[in-house]
Amino acid sequence: MTHLIPPAILPYILPVVYGAVIVAILPLLAGYIVLLERKIMADMQVRLGPMRVGPHGLLQPLADALKLLLKEDIVPRHADRFMFFVAPILSVTMALIAYAAMPFGPAFQVADLNVGLLFIFAVGSLGIYGIVLGGWASNSHYSLIGALRSAAQLVSYETAAALGIVSALLLAGSLSMKEIVRAQFDQGVWFIFVVPVGFFIYLVGSIAETNRAPFDLPEAESELVAGYMTEYSGFRWALYFLSEYANMVIAAGIATTLFLGGWLRPFPGNHQHLFGTPVELLDALPALLFVAVGLYCFSLTPRQPVQIQKIVMAAVGGACLVLAAVMAVVLFPPFDVARDGVHGAFWFLAKVTAYLYTFLWIRFTFPRYRFDQLMRLGWRFLIPLGLINVIVVGVSIVVQQNWEWKHPVVSAVVTTAIMFGVALWLTEEGVKPEPAAQPADGE
Amino acid sequence: MTDTRTNGGSQVETTVLGADEIILNMGPQHPSTHGVLRVKLKLDGERVVDSECIIGYLHRGVEKIAEHRSYQQFAPYVDRMDYCAAVSNGLGYCEAVEKLLGAEAPPRARVVRTILTELQRIASHLIWLGTHALDIGALTPVFYAFREREEILKIFEKYCGARLTTHAFRIGGLQYETYDGFEEEVKRFCDDFAAKVDEYETLLTENRIWVGRTKGVGILNTEDAIALGVTGPVLRASGMKWDLRKATPYAAYDQYDFEIPTRPTGDTYDRYLVRMEEMRQSRRICLQAVANIPTGPIMAKVGKVLKPPPGEVYHAIEAPKGELGYYIVSDGTTQPYRVRVRPPSFINLQAFNKMARGALVADVVAIIGTIDIVLGEVDR
Repeated sequence: MTHLIPPAILPYILPVVYGAVIVAILPLLAGYIVLLERKIMADMQVRLGPMRVGPHGLLQPLADALKLLLKEDIVPRHADRFMFFVAPILSVTMALIAYAAMPFGPAFQVADLNVGLLFIFAVGSLGIYGIVLGGWASNSHYSLIGALRSAAQLVSYETAAALGIVSALLLAGSLSMKEIVRAQFDQGVWFIFVVPVGFFIYLVGSIAETNRAPFDLPEAESELVAGYMTEYSGFRWALYFLSEYANMVIAAGIATTLFLGGWLRPFPGNHQHLFGTPVELLDALPALLFVAVGLYCFSLTPRQPVQIQKIVMAAVGGACLVLAAVMAVVLFPPFDVARDGVHGAFWFLAKVTAYLYTFLWIRFTFPRYRFDQLMRLGWRFLIPLGLINVIVVGVSIVVQQNWEWKHPVVSAVVTTAIMFGVALWLTEEGVKPEPAAQPADGE
Repeated sequence: MTDTRTNGGSQVETTVLGADEIILNMGPQHPSTHGVLRVKLKLDGERVVDSECIIGYLHRGVEKIAEHRSYQQFAPYVDRMDYCAAVSNGLGYCEAVEKLLGAEAPPRARVVRTILTELQRIASHLIWLGTHALDIGALTPVFYAFREREEILKIFEKYCGARLTTHAFRIGGLQYETYDGFEEEVKRFCDDFAAKVDEYETLLTENRIWVGRTKGVGILNTEDAIALGVTGPVLRASGMKWDLRKATPYAAYDQYDFEIPTRPTGDTYDRYLVRMEEMRQSRRICLQAVANIPTGPIMAKVGKVLKPPPGEVYHAIEAPKGELGYYIVSDGTTQPYRVRVRPPSFINLQAFNKMARGALVADVVAIIGTIDIVLGEVDR
C-alpha cells in the first residue's frame, strides 16, 4: 500500500484525513454541546429540556441544523452585502483552523507545531474580525454596539488569559502542545495543582474570550437583543453559532492541555492491576463507563413512547457498547499499538467536557457583568494578578533549580498562598469603583 | 429630546445629536422592555445622555369602553390592565363601585378577598423577580419563581376557574364560596413559601455581580419620588413609609399585623430588597387571614341592576405595583358616566428618565425591570 503513494505526499495524508474528520465532526459536536447545555440548564432549572425530537431530545441537534439550513436568508437592505457575507465565514474558518494544532491524543493531531499554543491564540484572535465586521456590516446599532463591546472585551481578556497561560508555560518550557503534555507526564503532576491561580485566571479569561455568560456582553440578549448577530438569520447565524461553540472547545482544549494533563489519564505512572488481570484499573474505566451508559440506554428503551424513539435509544445503547468494545480491545495485543491514541482521545474529550460543564454551570448561576465592571475586573484584577503570578512562579522555579529544592509541592503551596494574598489585596484595592463614575444629575 | 420645528408650514420632529451620539431605539420589540414599551435612548458610547419612553402600543381605550358597559359588565375589563395582578385590579374596581353604591361586602368576603389579593401580590412580585433577574442575566431564578407562581395560579383556578384574568370578585362580595380545602392549600403554600424566598435570596442577595449590577443604579431620592407621584415598592425603597393598606385600610387589612418594609437609598438593590420583604409580609397576612375566616354570607344585597346615585368616587388600593386608583363618576344610570384609572405602572414609569440619565445601556434594562411595569396597565 505504502509504495503506491509518492513519498513526497506521504507525510500529508494522515493530517488531511484528521483535518477532514475535524471539519466533518465539529458541527455535529457543536450541536450536541448545545443539547448538553440545554439539558444541563433544564436540570438546574427544574425542567426537562428538549424531550420531543428523539428520545430525550437526542435528535434535536439534527432537527435544528436542518431548520437553520432551510430558513430564509435575510440580508438587511442597508447592509454591506459583501462584508455581511464574509464575516461569519471568517469567524468560523478561524475557529476551525485553530484545531490544526490541538492534540486530541498522542496520535490525533493535524500538525505538531513548535509554536502550537501561539498559533492557536493568534488564529483565535483573528476570529474577532468576523464579529467586528459582521457587527459593522449589519448597519444596525445593536450590532455595532455588540461588535465594539466584543473587540474591547477580547483585547482585554486575551491579555489576562495569556498571562494565566504563561505560568504553565514556564513550567513546561515549550510552546508545542505535545511537549507541554509530555512535560506534565515527566514531572508527574498536572499543572493545575502547581499553578492553580494561573488556571483560575485562564478560566475567567477564556469564558470572557468565548463571549459566554457572565461575560456575554457582545450578545447580551436582554440588552442588545443578540448583539453582533442581531441581523443574521438562517445559516449565516448558524455559522456564528458554530464558531462560538468551536471556540469554546478550543478554550477547553487549551485548558486541558496546559493545566489538566492533556490526553494523560489520571495517575499515568500508576500501574494498579485489576483483580490479578493484566489490565490496569484506570485503563479499564473508559470501557466500563461506556458499558454502563449503554446498558442504561437499553433499560430506558422499553419506556420510550414511540417506536422510532425506541429504535434510536437502542441504537445509542448499541453505539455505546461498540465504543466500550473499542476501548477494551485496544488494551490487548495485537491492537495495543492503538491504545494510547484511543484512550488519549477519550481522556482528552472527557476533560474538555468537564471544562465545558464548568462553563455552563457558571452561565446558569451568575448574572451578567456590566461593561465597565467587566473592564475593571479585567484590567485592575486579572491582569495585575496574572503579572504577579508569572513573577512569583518564575522566582519559585529559579529557587527550585538553583538550590535544588526537590519539593515542587511545597513551592506550589507557597506560591499559591502568596497569590491568594495578592488576590485579596487586589479585590480590596483594584476593584474599588472610581469616584464620580456616575455623573451628577444636573437637575 | 426632540425638537419640534416648523418646516414649510408642516411640523417635523428632528432630534439634535452631538457628534459622538447615536440614537438607539429599544423596543417596542425587544426582549427586555416587558411588553411593547419603546425607549428612545440618546447614547454617547454606552452612556445614556437622554431617554424618552414612547407608550401607547397597547392602548385599547379601556376607560372609554367603561362608558358603554354596565358596572358589572366592565369588571372583567379591569383584569386586562395589569394582567400580572388581575385579582388586585378587580378588588380596586369592586370596592370603588361598592363605595359609590354605599354598599359594603360582608366580612367573610372581605377576608377571602384579602387572601386572594395577597397571593396575587406574591405572584406579581414573583414575575417581577424572575424577569428582572433575567434582564440582568441570571437565567435560573425565573424558573424557580414561576414554579411557586404556578401554585398560586392553581389556587386561583380552583377558586374561580381562571388563572390569569380571574375576575375573582363581584361588586358586593364574591360569587363563589371557597372550595373545599382552600384554607389548607393556602396554608400549605405559605408554609412552603418561606423557604422558597430564602432560596431566591441565596441566588442573588449577596452575589457580587448582582450587587454590582443593582447597587447605586437608578437612584431615586425621596423628594423626587414624591414629586413624581411614584408609589408602591419604588416609593418605599426611596425611604418613604407609605402603604395604602395601613394608611387607608380597605378589605380586611386593618385586622392583620404586618410590617411595611422600607429602604433608605432608593437604588435598584433597595427596590429588590423591599419587594423580597413584601413577599414575606404578604405571606404573613395570608397565614393570619386563613387561620380565621369568618362564616356568613359572601354577597351583600346590592341588587341585580346597579344604579348608583349620581356622584363621584375615588378609591385606591395598594396594588403590587403601587397605588391603583379608580375615579368613577355616576350619572344615576346603569353605566358609569366616566371611569378614570390611576395605574401605578404608568405613574412609576415617569421616573424612568430621571433614573436612566447618566446610566449605561445595561442599566437601562435593570431600571425598566426594577420599576416593574406592565404595559397593559400603562397604555390601558
